[in-house]
Amino acid sequence: MRLDVLNSGYGPGTKLLFAMIRLFSGHPVPDAARIVFYRPDFYGNHAKAFTHAAMRGPSTWSVADRELTAAYVANLNGSAFCIAAHTATARQAYQNGPMVAAALADLESAPIAEPLRATLRMLGKLLVEGVVDAADMRAVLAAGASREQVEDALAVCAAFDTTARLADAFGFEVLAPEGFEAGAKYLLRRGYK
Amino acid sequence: MGDAVAEQATKRELHRALVERVRDGAGRSSAEQRAQAFAGEGLAGPLDALIGGVVTRPVRVSDAAFAAAKAAGVTDDELFELVVCAAVGHSSRLYAAGLAALAEACGDGAV
Repeated sequence: MRLDVLNSGYGPGTKLLFAMIRLFSGHPVPDAARIVFYRPDFYGNHAKAFTHAAMRGPSTWSVADRELTAAYVANLNGSAFCIAAHTATARQAYQNGPMVAAALADLESAPIAEPLRATLRMLGKLLVEGVVDAADMRAVLAAGASREQVEDALAVCAAFDTTARLADAFGFEVLAPEGFEAGAKYLLRRGYK
Repeated sequence: MGDAVAEQATKRELHRALVERVRDGAGRSSAEQRAQAFAGEGLAGPLDALIGGVVTRPVRVSDAAFAAAKAAGVTDDELFELVVCAAVGHSSRLYAAGLAALAEACGDGAV
């Protein structure tokens, strides 16, 4: 990462934890996970609580739908690390790689449910233009998404717009595919705590 | 924060807690600088260029942008905080814009 403190500024206990994870998983700890251990009282603790609530907390979106939403946000931000991480996680969660690839390649023709398609379309406008209006939201609601689902999707968007910006600004290392697959398994087992 | 407390808090409350911590809480950089980074405006010199990149086009943030800020005397810890504030600030504006539009669509003033 671009800041030395994010590469080596961890206490002995955290360094030991990173070493143990690497030993047992066979993969380095992804930078997205490392960064929340750096001065966790400043960013990591609150970021983990919000992200875990958005991704694994109560919602009528499935975990797979939320991981696809994270991948969609990453894709629009052009964040290589986050695209790979959440594409792998969505693929494993749905057990359907082609569907995830189709949604990221062409939302309008992808074989996904209309409420999710309309929600992602709205998030796309929000990410690209920075604004949405009531008409955009009415279109999502008319497609069958509930008010709670729209609010939940906005929380996922907020969490992963932040992470994508940090990934690109700090220069998170893009792992080998098997590293992202291992990370996806961890995220589906343990979440973002 | 314990698991039970976190699960009971709403997502918006958890997000608000994140914002208040990084922008307004104790830090190595000044609260004024963190507020400027959060807003994405008001910083000067190399910091303005770096933080502007985080807000507008993070994939184009470069090693040189960090090097210029460090050469101007900004420490790693200050840069960590200011970049975090810029990222959280941008996503907070998206979140607020979305929630406001949703509230309007649902015919009320607050979600």
